[in-house]
Parts: sequence; structure tokens; C-alpha cells
Amino acid sequence: MRRFLPLVLVSFLLATLCGCSDAPQSDVSGKGESNLSGKLTLTGSSTIAPLITEIARRFEELHPDLRIDVQTGGTGKGIADTRIGVADIGMASRSLKPDESDLITHQIAADGVGLIVHESNPIEGLTAEQVISIYLNQANNWNEVGGDKDEITVVHKAEGRATLEVFLKQFSIDNTRVKADVIVGENEHAIKTVAGTKNAIGYVSIGTAEADIQAGVPIRLLPLDGIEASTATVSSGEFPMSRPLNLITADEPPQTAMEFIRFCQSTGVHDLIRSNFFVPITSEPDVAQ
Amino acid sequence: MSRSDLLLKIATRTSAALSATVVLLILGFLFRDAAPALREIGLSRFLTDPSWHPLYGHFNLTPMIVATLATSLGAVILAGPLGIASGVFVHFYAPSALAAWHRRIVELLAGIPSVVFGLWGLTVLAPMIAIWGGSGQNLLTATIVLALMVLPTVAVFADNAVAAVPSESIRGAAALGVERWGIIWNIVLPQARTGIIAGVVLAMTRALGETMAVLMLAGNVVEMPTSLLSPGRTLNANIALELGYASTSHRSVLFVSGLILMLVVSLIVTAISWRRRSGQ
Repeated sequence: MRRFLPLVLVSFLLATLCGCSDAPQSDVSGKGESNLSGKLTLTGSSTIAPLITEIARRFEELHPDLRIDVQTGGTGKGIADTRIGVADIGMASRSLKPDESDLITHQIAADGVGLIVHESNPIEGLTAEQVISIYLNQANNWNEVGGDKDEITVVHKAEGRATLEVFLKQFSIDNTRVKADVIVGENEHAIKTVAGTKNAIGYVSIGTAEADIQAGVPIRLLPLDGIEASTATVSSGEFPMSRPLNLITADEPPQTAMEFIRFCQSTGVHDLIRSNFFVPITSEPDVAQ
Repeated sequence: MSRSDLLLKIATRTSAALSATVVLLILGFLFRDAAPALREIGLSRFLTDPSWHPLYGHFNLTPMIVATLATSLGAVILAGPLGIASGVFVHFYAPSALAAWHRRIVELLAGIPSVVFGLWGLTVLAPMIAIWGGSGQNLLTATIVLALMVLPTVAVFADNAVAAVPSESIRGAAALGVERWGIIWNIVLPQARTGIIAGVVLAMTRALGETMAVLMLAGNVVEMPTSLLSPGRTLNANIALELGYASTSHRSVLFVSGLILMLVVSLIVTAISWRRRSGQ
């Protein structure tokens, strides 16, 4: 196995190289305004990165001389990199905090955070009070919230995660009082944990959950206070638990960066936002002037 | 001194200096990034605070130190005997064809990436261990998978150490009518001891440093573990879990957990090498 590793690595490298040289060549002629050139670097949230990568590919087709480099590393890295100028644009899957007000946000989409249980769990929905009592360990058994007699396995997120912050804010919970049975990092980790544990409850990005349910993962999104958790209800504003997906820039971003942000906020990329299971913002985008 | 000797001297000295510098540079970097937190919070609070909630000003790392040591020690306790047995097996019990295949499979085990171990543990092992309650993500699951990951290290070192035992001693013992097990227990293992211990130490440090699989399997709740079935978070899992989303001051606190991990590892390595020297 080890002997083949270099070979595999080299072929990956080659594949990436081919990918790089492809993009600028496939020029879509006649689109005009292809005066943008140079290189644009984006770093940050791994939630947003796949979407931005697709948008960037489309943008590169319009501007063949431009190279857009998308790297992940979490919202924290995106913010730090934008601050010190390593990245032109940062990706943040949460609103900025007061001590980050030196940066400017440009929202491009929204993402809901929904509660998930195992597919076989008969519970029909939870109220906000029930969720709070489960996470504060006041309710320990599913029969206390109207389910079967099974002990609840509480799946929680690690401190600093964007979904955690949305969750805590929604239910006004103090994180020091939460009693969890498992703490996970990424959405996929939470989903795999719940899918493998019949009596677990967790909360994840609704977009990711919907994609996984479509792929046959045995989980179910729970309605909250009677409101169904889906990208549709997040989009209509009915579902309360959601977070913005933001691009962030320093005070004076280069013109290329502004053009790209405008493109991300335009209706022309709504199909990509939807296919990534996020919600396009229906209101007028806060296009920076 | 001849020319080639001089060249060799320069080359070995440079590479030795380089590898030592890398460690020192990493240590220096850890200190630099941990310094703001150490200055503001002080080292003692990392051991005495009520809990680990860095965003709320609680910074207790003790449960993580315990979890890190418990999983790594457990892994070595499980993998040690298995690895040594594997080394003895290929030399004294296995027919040569089987021995070759066995070696190849052990090497393959070493080549499996840690995420794959983690994924397997998460989707196969954890649901099995969940029979005893909870999600099955706990110290026991993490320890078992860690043991599988470090097993090849012990096995390969034991294999080589056993191979290095002079065949005269083995044949001599056999000529005196000592049984196979007697030869292994009284002649081979004592002579192979140094090599085997080196393998165990390397396995231990690898277990201490493993992040991904443990992160996926240990449950990551920061509480003093009460049994093998309690969830726990190791120091490295802590960094991997929180670093991506940490803002400035939180980041610095995470580097303290990296620093403490380095401290734990160097203490263990020093203790073992000191013991080995005093034992000889």
C-alpha cells in the first residue's frame, strides 16, 4: 500500500494540474467585460467553500484571465487571513462578532440549522422547551418528551462551531450548562453519529441533512414548534433557526474581489446555491458600493 | 582526515542539526502562540478551573490529559502483547509461506490512513459498542482502534528484534533439549528486549499523537472519565475540533493544549530512556 502512495499522490497532482489549465482555456466568448485578471484568494468556512468553488468556476469562465483560489480552514481562518491580507475574501458561516467589526460582511445565502434524530425514532416533533430540557439534561428519556422509553443520547457541537452558536442563541442556552453525551465537530460527523445511534438527537445544517437524507442516510429532520425543518421553510423565513453565509472583506477590497462578490450575490448563481442545499437570500442583496 | 570523511562529517552534522532544529522551531512556535494565554490566564488555571469552556473563561485541561494518557496506554497494553506474539509467530510457528503473507498484511495495516480507521470505527465498531449504552463513541472504542493502528509498529519491531537474536543461542538451547516455548521465553525474548521496547515506545508516541481517528471515536466530551465507557477528549482532538473556528484568544488557549501535549510526550520519552539507561 505504502509503495503505491507516491504514485497515487502524483496522479492526484497531475489531475489537479489538468484541472487548473482547463479553466482559463474554456472561454465563453461574447460575454464582454472580461477585463478582470490576476488572482483572487478566498479562505475560510468549509461549509461555504464547495459552493464558492462552483461559483468561482463559473466566474472564471466569464473572465478567462482570472484565477480564483478557494481554500478551507474554518471561519476563524477566513477572518484571520482576511485581516492580515493573506486572503482577498474570507468565508464565514456566521455573523461577525463585535470584536471583528473591522471587516465588512456580504451575505450570499442562508443555511438553516435543524434537529435530527434516527429514522426509526417515532417522535413527531419537539417544542423549544423540550429541546432545552433535553440539552440541559432535565429530560433524560424520550418518554418524557412524548417518545418511546429510551435513554436520550445528546449529540452536541464543539465550542466555536457556527451551528453551535446558532443553536445556543436560538434557545438562549448557556453552553456551560449543556450536558452532552457526544461532542462532534463537523455536520457529517454529527449525522453519522445520529445515523449509528437509534436514540440520539443532534443538530446540523439543514442543507447537509437534506442532501444526506436524499442519499439514503437513516436520519430524519424534526419539526421545531410545529414548523417543518427544510430549505423551503428556511427560505420563506418560517423556520426560526438559521444562519447567514457570508463573504467578508477588509476595508478596501480590490476591484476584482468586489466584482466577484457582486457575482455571488446575483440571481445568476441561485441555481448553484440551491444545488448545494443552501437558501438564496430573497431580499435585495446588500451589495457594497 | 580524507576528503570523503570530511564530506560525510559535514553531511551528517548538517542533517542532525536540521532535524533537531525542526523540533526546537516547533516548540518555539508553540510557545510564541501560547504565550498570550499563558500570560493572561497562568498555567495553574489550566489544571484547576471548573471545566473546559474557553469562550466562557473556563480552561481546565486535566480531563483531556487523563483521556490522552488513558487511550494511548490502553492502546499499547492491547497492541503490545499482540505485536510481540506476531513477531514470535512469524519466526517460530508459522510455515514460511504463511509468515510472508502475515508480514505483508501487517504492513498493509500500517498503510491504512487514520481517517479510514476512524470511519470504520464510527460506522462499524461504535454501533457494536453502543450495546452497552450511549452512542458507542467512548474511550474504549478509541482505544481499540488506536491499538489496531499502532499494532504494526510493535509487530515490525518485534519481528526485527527476534530476527536479530543470534541463531547460535537458539540452536544451542535446542541442542540442550529446551522446548520451543522455553527457548522463546528464556532466550529469544530477553535478547530481543531492547528492540521490542523501542517498538513499544514508538507505538506509544504514535498513539499519543494520533488525532483524526480519536476525534471521530472518543465522544469528545470534556469530563473526567469514570470508566472505559465514558466519552473523553484528547489534547490533540481538542485542537482539531476547535481550531478552525477559534478567534484570537481562543486560538492561543488551544496552543497551550498543544504545548501540554508536547510536555506529556517528552516526559514519557525521557522517563523511558532514563529507565532503559539505568536498567542496562
